Amino acid sequence: MKKFSIIIGIVGSLLLLATFLFPIWSISLEAPQYPGGINMYIWINQISGDTPHTLQNVNILNHYVGMKSIEPESIPELTYFPYIIVFMTLFGIAAAISMRKKIVMTWMITLVIIGIAGMVDFYMWEYDYGHDLNPNAPIKVPGQTYQPPLIGSQYLLNFKATSLPHVGSYFIGASFLMMGATYFMLKKANKPKNEEVEDKK
Amino acid sequence: MNRIYIKFTALISFAMLIIALASCGESKQSGAMTASGAAEKVYVAPGEYDEFYAFMSGGFSGQVSVYGLPSGRLFRVIPVFSQDAEKGYGYAEETKNMLMTSWGFVPWDDAHHPQLSRTNGVTDGRWLFINGNNTPRIARIDLTTFETAEIIEIPNSGGNHPSPYVTENTEYLVAGTRFSLPTPQEDVSINEYKEKFKGTLTFIKVEPTHGTMSVAFQLLMPGFDYDLATAGKGKSHGWSFFTSYNVEQANTLKEVNASQLDKDFITAVNWKKAEEYIAQGKGKVMKTSYYHNVYDEDKQTAISYKKDEVLILTPEECPGVVYYIPTPKSPHGVDVDPTGNYIVGNGKLSADMSVYSFDKMLTTIENQDYETTIDGIPVLKYESVLDGIVLQPGLGPLHTEFDGKGFAYTTFFISSEIVKWKLDDKSVVDRVPCYYSVGHLMIPGGDTREPYGKYVIALNKITKDRYLPTGPELAHSAQLYDISGSKMELLLDFPTIGEPHYAQAIPASKIVPNSKQFFKIEENNHEHVTKKEADAKVVRKGDTVRIYMTTIRSHFVPDNIEGIKVGDKVFFHVTNLEQDWDVPHGFSMMGARNSELLIMPGHTRTLYWEPTRVGVYPFYCTDFCSALHQEMQGYIRVSPAGSNPELKWWTGD
Repeated sequence: MKKFSIIIGIVGSLLLLATFLFPIWSISLEAPQYPGGINMYIWINQISGDTPHTLQNVNILNHYVGMKSIEPESIPELTYFPYIIVFMTLFGIAAAISMRKKIVMTWMITLVIIGIAGMVDFYMWEYDYGHDLNPNAPIKVPGQTYQPPLIGSQYLLNFKATSLPHVGSYFIGASFLMMGATYFMLKKANKPKNEEVEDKK
Repeated sequence: MNRIYIKFTALISFAMLIIALASCGESKQSGAMTASGAAEKVYVAPGEYDEFYAFMSGGFSGQVSVYGLPSGRLFRVIPVFSQDAEKGYGYAEETKNMLMTSWGFVPWDDAHHPQLSRTNGVTDGRWLFINGNNTPRIARIDLTTFETAEIIEIPNSGGNHPSPYVTENTEYLVAGTRFSLPTPQEDVSINEYKEKFKGTLTFIKVEPTHGTMSVAFQLLMPGFDYDLATAGKGKSHGWSFFTSYNVEQANTLKEVNASQLDKDFITAVNWKKAEEYIAQGKGKVMKTSYYHNVYDEDKQTAISYKKDEVLILTPEECPGVVYYIPTPKSPHGVDVDPTGNYIVGNGKLSADMSVYSFDKMLTTIENQDYETTIDGIPVLKYESVLDGIVLQPGLGPLHTEFDGKGFAYTTFFISSEIVKWKLDDKSVVDRVPCYYSVGHLMIPGGDTREPYGKYVIALNKITKDRYLPTGPELAHSAQLYDISGSKMELLLDFPTIGEPHYAQAIPASKIVPNSKQFFKIEENNHEHVTKKEADAKVVRKGDTVRIYMTTIRSHFVPDNIEGIKVGDKVFFHVTNLEQDWDVPHGFSMMGARNSELLIMPGHTRTLYWEPTRVGVYPFYCTDFCSALHQEMQGYIRVSPAGSNPELKWWTGD
């Protein structure tokens, strides 16, 4: 049982590394003259699109309403987030091997905090892009801002913008659940032992 | 007596009145099946795709038009042999060379026969070839971009009509002389036609990976008129066939003098045998002059190569390469059925049609069953090669295509109809009228090993009352017939560009997946490319000024330029930085005496301009690119000649 909980914990930790292989979020823009939509993907270390030119095309559209150009090099999170993921993976493996419930719980809470912080950060970036508009923009619609939703769909002028978690986020979720399983297995395994001790007393 | 006469007259008059009234009420015959039934068969719903691409020659427009079938919708006109101001083709510095010939810049031709490239006898959707008649040329169109990629001039040729007629694996294209010429050219009396004039049949090799054309060899032939051609298929692969008329060798009033003999010839050429002779060193090199223009995709510029030699084979010195098959009365088209066995000779002034058998031709050659020999070319015995005769099918047979189900479809120019007949017993099974005067016909793949026997298109020369009149000049037309049943049924009638001389069609699925959406900017190695706005600049060297300009929605960089002088030679090297589908930008300069530029995403195109007036002049984007297209404009300041203005340029503050 204990060995199994270690394996589950280690595998769960390693799942975090999937965020290097899959985007964690996607934003799609739909309009009639863009069949198939324009799809952007947010990774822990980059922003990509369906084609190598998607970002250029989004930036061309955005400049009409005065939005800033999206330049992945200028977003510091994309530089340090990979380190956080690697740290959490190593921390998770260590927590599983330690077989200490408290350490496992600490890892889980840390992951939740990182997740919430990440979402807040993402929201702030979206807010900034959507609100910090060039006053000289060719197209100015009074009261209109261009912040895409955090999760869900919303019309921004002629575009329907849809923002959703992508595959990478599901791996993070799975990682959390597996570590949770480890926690409960440890809890169950420890229980009878404690009772035995109490009996001896 | 008198009274009876009056009564009789009255009766006749009354009868005539009735007939007159009846014929007034007679509606114009449409020739179509029930309108709703036909409409359903050609209806392609908005947003849906057609089943076939049809490539139609533009005839004397020199271009190729692209239609969808069965809808008959026009998608594009591809500029080939003629300058096209709409696209800047032949005006931009990059494409001017495409129209270079040994005669200099020739910005027009008469484009007749499109031919799709083939693999194993079936269209493969890679390239489209088409001949230019007037200044003998063959062009290759790249079907990933729908742009002309190459044009080769044919030396020693006059009127390149029997061309390009591709072989089964696109090994060769052919060319021939509709007008025989003194070869090599010399100053002789036209009355010396019989002694001095020669025909040539040219074989153009196609490089299998890139499609690059090169003149492989020419056969020096008797001075007949070589009219049309086709390549063998299946068992007859390795042979090409040409019709020849004016065996009389008349040089004046040909409509009479070239129509005297009972039989002219189908010329059968064994090109595999010719290759053997060339390998043995049989050919002779002749000095000549022709151009080969190739669009270099890397440099995005057409380059002209001047050639001065051609390899000549003479039938007399190469026995077994050329044979003549007697064919009644000035044959026009020659067509080989999908099995490769039946060779149909369309004797345009004959009442009957002769159908030959390839197997019988081989036996006749083996038995040396010859009628005579002309300049070392054996004339095979007509009866020995003949498989059968289609008796009195119509008047003026021109061309035949096949449905792959054992039927042949022949056009009759004079009786203006398509006649369907059975290949095996030569019996006529159906006929439909064409409106009017049909020339070529086209079944998708109908000249290949695998026809898609669903439709036939009649390509008509005369339309008279078919459409709303447009003054003396009327559109030519294409008519689409359903041939899936036992009876041919007219479905659709649509006008075309220039003359839809001949056409080819191919299932859309063979082209759509390879269709390019834009050109990658990182692969643009144009000599004068500007890959980012920061690199835009203006450079003066003497009186030559090069403006390195970029376009992206919705501005030019630079859009304000000063320091140009009257008399300068200005080159606008405009690079379209867009990297998305369907975002070309245009460029036009006020007072430029050529055309606009139309620049595809990732391309660089160059417009030449000589400023002639002092002042400030605008330029702008011509292709509606975006919501701020109207704002996509700029100014150039032109200072007096001899002044010394500072060269400056900018965009924004």
